[in-house]
Amino acid sequence: MIAGISIYEVLTVTSILFFIGVYGFITRKNLISILMSIELILNASVINFVIINKYLYPDVLQGVFFSIFIIAVAAAETALAIAIIINLYRQIASVEVKDTEIMKY
Amino acid sequence: MEKIIFYILALVIIIFAIASVSSKKMLRSVIYLLFVLIGISGIYFLIDYNFLAAIQLTVYAGGVIVLLIFSVMLVHHIEMELELAKVSRRILVGLVSITGLGVFLTTIYSHEFAVVENTITTTTEDIGFGLLSYDVGGFILPFELISVLLLAAMIGAIIIAKGTKLTNKKNDTV
Repeated sequence: MIAGISIYEVLTVTSILFFIGVYGFITRKNLISILMSIELILNASVINFVIINKYLYPDVLQGVFFSIFIIAVAAAETALAIAIIINLYRQIASVEVKDTEIMKY
Repeated sequence: MEKIIFYILALVIIIFAIASVSSKKMLRSVIYLLFVLIGISGIYFLIDYNFLAAIQLTVYAGGVIVLLIFSVMLVHHIEMELELAKVSRRILVGLVSITGLGVFLTTIYSHEFAVVENTITTTTEDIGFGLLSYDVGGFILPFELISVLLLAAMIGAIIIAKGTKLTNKKNDTV
């Protein structure tokens, strides 16, 4: 654990990060920007897993394993989402949310 | 000393996260996200999970950010500015976010956490043994599943990104 830092301060930082992500997710109008906001939200939750593991249950490692799985799933999700965005850009020449109305071609 | 470093990291993370969701230039916004991710890996270093910090740096700062920059370069003109949401909408969403943050913080601060004082260092060896153990509480099945998932996602991404253009398809069918 971090000397002199209580768990409350770290959880405050991650909560702020999470809600910045939520704000970006709702206000952005561009698919790539929305993807970046999702990254922020996922990262905040990963820090929560790790911090709670370290501060409350230091003798087990479950939080670390779960954060590794979250990072792997997030990487897979980002790769797929970018593939979809690039395919969409070839078809409608735009990555704005308002132009995205087709599900398949 | 660690206290000061933590506060600096927290400040960097929050400021660059706000800059990342409010910047008008796409590429700058990606670079601000890079600083946020590097700050988060700094937090992992501070609480002594070196392996996780290395994963964060390689997967996020090395992989995801490069992927995002590539897609931004393919899709946007460099000087193009993003259109922002209406001011009223931004204020409304900001208020909702702050309300949610308030709910979170009151819940967190009203809960008594049973913090265990410790200075245990986790080595990569422990994580490896935990991930590959067959015993009760071992993570061998999710570990194998996640490798299959990554393979499937990779193949799926290639197939989706290769798709044909809509205009060509229309010409073929007509």
